[in-house]
Amino acid sequence: MAAAPHIEIRDLTMAYGEFVIQHDLNFVVNKGDIFVVMGGNGCGKTTLMRALIGLQRPARGTVFYSGEDFWNVPPEQQARLKRRLGIMFQGGALWSSLTLAENVALPLKEYTDLPARRIAGIVSFKLALVGLAGFEEFYPAELSGGMKKRAGLARAMALDPDILVIDEPSSGLDPLTARRLDDLILELRDSLGTTIVVITHELASILGIGTNSVFLDSENHTMINTGNPREAVVSGDARVRHFLTRGAA
Amino acid sequence: MNLSLLHNNVEKKWRLDTRRIGDDLLEVSCAGRWCLDQNLPAAEITLAGAGDDLRRLSFNTAQLSAWDTGFLAFLRGLCKLCAERGLSIDQEGLPRGVRHLLAMAAAVPEQKGVRRGNGRQSLVSQVGAATVAFFRGVPEMLHFLGEITVSFGRLLSGRARFRLSDLWWEIEEVGPRAVAIVSVISFLVGLILAYLGADQLRLVGAQIFIADLVAIGMVREVGALMTGIIIAGRTGASFAAQLGTMQVNEEIDAFKTLGISPIDFLVLPRMLALILMVPLLTLYASFVGMLAGMLVSVAIFDIGMFEYYTETLRALEIKHFLVGLAKGSVYGAMVAYAGCLRGMQCGRSAESVGEAATSAVVTGILLITITASLMTIIFYRLGI
Repeated sequence: MAAAPHIEIRDLTMAYGEFVIQHDLNFVVNKGDIFVVMGGNGCGKTTLMRALIGLQRPARGTVFYSGEDFWNVPPEQQARLKRRLGIMFQGGALWSSLTLAENVALPLKEYTDLPARRIAGIVSFKLALVGLAGFEEFYPAELSGGMKKRAGLARAMALDPDILVIDEPSSGLDPLTARRLDDLILELRDSLGTTIVVITHELASILGIGTNSVFLDSENHTMINTGNPREAVVSGDARVRHFLTRGAA
Repeated sequence: MNLSLLHNNVEKKWRLDTRRIGDDLLEVSCAGRWCLDQNLPAAEITLAGAGDDLRRLSFNTAQLSAWDTGFLAFLRGLCKLCAERGLSIDQEGLPRGVRHLLAMAAAVPEQKGVRRGNGRQSLVSQVGAATVAFFRGVPEMLHFLGEITVSFGRLLSGRARFRLSDLWWEIEEVGPRAVAIVSVISFLVGLILAYLGADQLRLVGAQIFIADLVAIGMVREVGALMTGIIIAGRTGASFAAQLGTMQVNEEIDAFKTLGISPIDFLVLPRMLALILMVPLLTLYASFVGMLAGMLVSVAIFDIGMFEYYTETLRALEIKHFLVGLAKGSVYGAMVAYAGCLRGMQCGRSAESVGEAATSAVVTGILLITITASLMTIIFYRLGI
């Protein structure tokens, strides 16, 4: 029997009360994919992310992680599945009363038995990976938006998660830093085998790192394309090509 | 120097060997699983006992079966040690992904002067810092007071820019919506005053004077004081949190860049609302307190209702009301000042909004207490 897909979205419908954001979403994310969720403003990308990570119960349908029904398993099993995820929120979502080092160290302290000295070494390495070496003792309020975002990624990577879910990683970053972050995402996939779900509408990232994708349409409130985004530019749905070529096609 | 270390948990086995090759090279061999869930060795162990003649380090990872951040953190620590001792490192023997991630971590060098110590300050330093901060805060408080005064000047000359709808909204928020809590507290305070007075006055057979005690006490002092403290906790904290959140969201900066005074637009309506509403709440609190006193006197101490009413009328003079209203206005101004000051001084984080709200309540109650004492002395000297 073939192994279950790494992540499977089945018949997923997201709604706020009567207002349906997206309906009947069906797609699969394979292990080692850099899966891009794309679409225009307000199409429901972040709402989909909230359903993926357990923050918002779907109106219908569910999410499977390696065959386990995330929304219909007992709470302790759901908590175990959540520990496989690392999440980077759009604005970083750093805890303001903790320093950067404490922010990144917290998951390590909660879920491992590592001694403080080794945790400090890991924290320092993770911050260096996102270009924040030396900022360990800074508080989030002392950082720029882009730095908070990168620190949020360092925290998401703290436990070497199986699946990394990243919301708008490059928006608000300068081009070089955005490129570095894209390179880091590729390297995490290649070296550690991390499966990465990226929510973005940054074309450079979508075409640069995406190996698979779904396009959420804000007019029909459902998905209209899946597959490699570079292929979608030439052979995808007309609306997706229009989006990926900034209206040129 | 040759070294062999083995973590022999069957499930999670790792192995570290070092071997001298020639005079100046140390080969570090890492085998097995080097992952976060294992008790990996400290980087220092690798170089322990290495002589001064050591110049280079190389790696052999042919037997490495699995690795993650645990291995990377170990190697990064080792790289730092080598840099400190002037040793060169040949990374060829490391897996490709490890080399890439180590290179990425080193790609953005640490900025000069950015690193901070995380040592705790001594008690003396903390007291010193708090004292300096307090004295630095005094000019800031005076500056804010000056800005408000100038803003009131603009209001009187018709040049202050704020929306009347904001003023009405604030008046509704600080006045009618506070009636319930003011009623409960004033009633209970009136009741306490009556019991307290009855206990003492019974000794000299003058229980009827409970009416005088409660009426004058509530109207002159307690009504205003209790209302001020309630408003400091309820509205002062709310003002600080509102303005603090606006600081965090850069809304106040947006006012400044548009050339609109945030003092006129945000502080003035709040000040006016409290200066107008607190005296009215004080008056209301005084009546509720007197009503509680009457209920206790009639129900518990057998004083006739009419008798109590007449005694209350006899005791109260218009000056008592004026004193109470004046105190109410001043306390309202103090609470608004403290709330707005702390809100405008708020930092840029969620935590600082909480600190601003706490500080607004503390400052408000402190200012009320100080002005209450001063006004009591002044009114006594003036014979009012």
